[in-house]
Amino acid sequence: MFPADLYLLMPELALAGMAIIVILADLVLKRRDLLAPLSLIGLAVPVALSIVLWLKLDSIDPHALSGFSGFFVVDYFSLFFKFLILGATALVIMASRESVTRFSRFQGEYYALIMMASGGMMLMAAATELVSIYVALELSALSTVALIALLKNSRSIEASMKFLILSAISSAVMLYGMALVFGLTGSTRLLDIADRLTSVSELIDQPALLLGVIFIITGFGFKISSVPFQMWVPDVYEGAPTPVAAYLSVASKAAGFAVIIRVFFLAFGSLTDEWALLFAVLAAVSMFIGNLVAIAQKNIKRMLGYSTIAHAGFIMVGLAAIGREGELLGPGVESILFYLVAYAATNLGAFIAVIAISSKINSELIDDYAGVARRNPFLAFALAVSLVSLMGLPPTAGFWAKLNVFNAAIETDLVWLALIGMINSVISAYFYLRVIKTMYLSPPASEERITADLPLKAALAIAVIGLLFIGIVPGFVMDVVETAVGTLA
Amino acid sequence: MINIEYYLVLSAAIFCIGVYGVLARRNAILILMSIELMLQAVNINLIAFSTYLIPKGELEEHLGFIFAIFVITIAAAEVGLALGIILRLYRNRASVNVDEVNLMKW
Repeated sequence: MFPADLYLLMPELALAGMAIIVILADLVLKRRDLLAPLSLIGLAVPVALSIVLWLKLDSIDPHALSGFSGFFVVDYFSLFFKFLILGATALVIMASRESVTRFSRFQGEYYALIMMASGGMMLMAAATELVSIYVALELSALSTVALIALLKNSRSIEASMKFLILSAISSAVMLYGMALVFGLTGSTRLLDIADRLTSVSELIDQPALLLGVIFIITGFGFKISSVPFQMWVPDVYEGAPTPVAAYLSVASKAAGFAVIIRVFFLAFGSLTDEWALLFAVLAAVSMFIGNLVAIAQKNIKRMLGYSTIAHAGFIMVGLAAIGREGELLGPGVESILFYLVAYAATNLGAFIAVIAISSKINSELIDDYAGVARRNPFLAFALAVSLVSLMGLPPTAGFWAKLNVFNAAIETDLVWLALIGMINSVISAYFYLRVIKTMYLSPPASEERITADLPLKAALAIAVIGLLFIGIVPGFVMDVVETAVGTLA
Repeated sequence: MINIEYYLVLSAAIFCIGVYGVLARRNAILILMSIELMLQAVNINLIAFSTYLIPKGELEEHLGFIFAIFVITIAAAEVGLALGIILRLYRNRASVNVDEVNLMKW
């Protein structure tokens, strides 16, 4: 059984193997600048293997390969997230060449850890069983803790400490919830849990089951940085190396939503009334807290941190919509997946521009971004377009993402939630536009040109072209998303 | 034979002590120990459920034990990482009091 199923794990195994090769290369090679290309090759291998698995799925019916006695599944949904996570990792690695020189001795470790975190996130998207979900979650969390601490200055260590303690607490609470669910249903496999919940009717009314579900939301809510588990976000974004913050905001959020969709879809499908309301309330609170506190921020990384909390809220509107539909495969899931792709391109664009600008002007304060448009028009334009997309204006990806999510909410009678979302989009315009105004209208502190290296510019161009492409031709991504969702149930 | 309720109450009590410790302690190491208590409470739960509720001979018979072993392993990795970071914290500011870890706020 095991050797036969092993090929399902090939992308993750290849990624872990390449991570180890990168560490060894760091030990042996004298030239540190070869590590980034080597890690990019290391990312290409799992991408190729995922494509092979995707093609294999096309030829079989039903389009899903389950392995390891139901612990792990390869379907379009998990492969979709693997591509998203690997793509985000590749862009982050391309953009971090200059930042990496600050880690002096630990450059190989940076690339290896970021690849291992990606491996954990890919497993999260594919796990269909509570033990493997927990292990995958911790693999990505622990790698992230080490990544945040890599700068080794006071802020970086402080951020890493806060992240570690909060992550450990939230995963302990989540485990307690998983133990309760296991005790009530007698299984940790999501499909078996769902079976037990529908066949034994008195289980649904058990308060312990509801407690278990809420505890599980704690663990996942931490990953997607939703209120009230958001306390770590601004501190970690400010203290961590900027590429790590970029990586966290995109990949970790995507993996978190993947695992939420799978768990609540497959296992707790019969409890939709309870968790849909919970997610609706969390979404509303996350949007308000994220957007209102972001207004007061002076540090651009902190501002993007609060903005990511608000966007977790926007995506959770889609989750609330799923639950209200009764039947699960509606516009809610598709809107979430679309939002995650759009958000990945948008937020990576914003963060990569911030990496380039902040490392040159040696400041992360928004006021110091004065006149950046004159010092480097390309970087300023890229940041401005990304911020416009975060705001949700056409012709960018953010517009369609928000439209889809609000649309899903309105179709399922959650008009009040859609209204709150629209109010929040207006609030968010204030602090995003302020950055654009500072860059374009304020006089620069010096006329010296801001330069950036070629890989970073390429990564930035890919992100910006990506978000404009999704904004102008949303149908392409929508088709992919529909395929990905199709195999879920 | 001892009923399962005793184990569940024991586990809930240990979990609550752990939560209290996390909230009330100021020393990073003691917070870490409190988190460890929370994880051990989960393990007691898992093993009690596995022993009392899963019928013998089923595929899931030992699932609770296996889960507990994974929890123990990952907790060990977590503590290793945490101690490294606490050590670094101590070198940076000669204190492991979490109230003083306050460079970044709001």
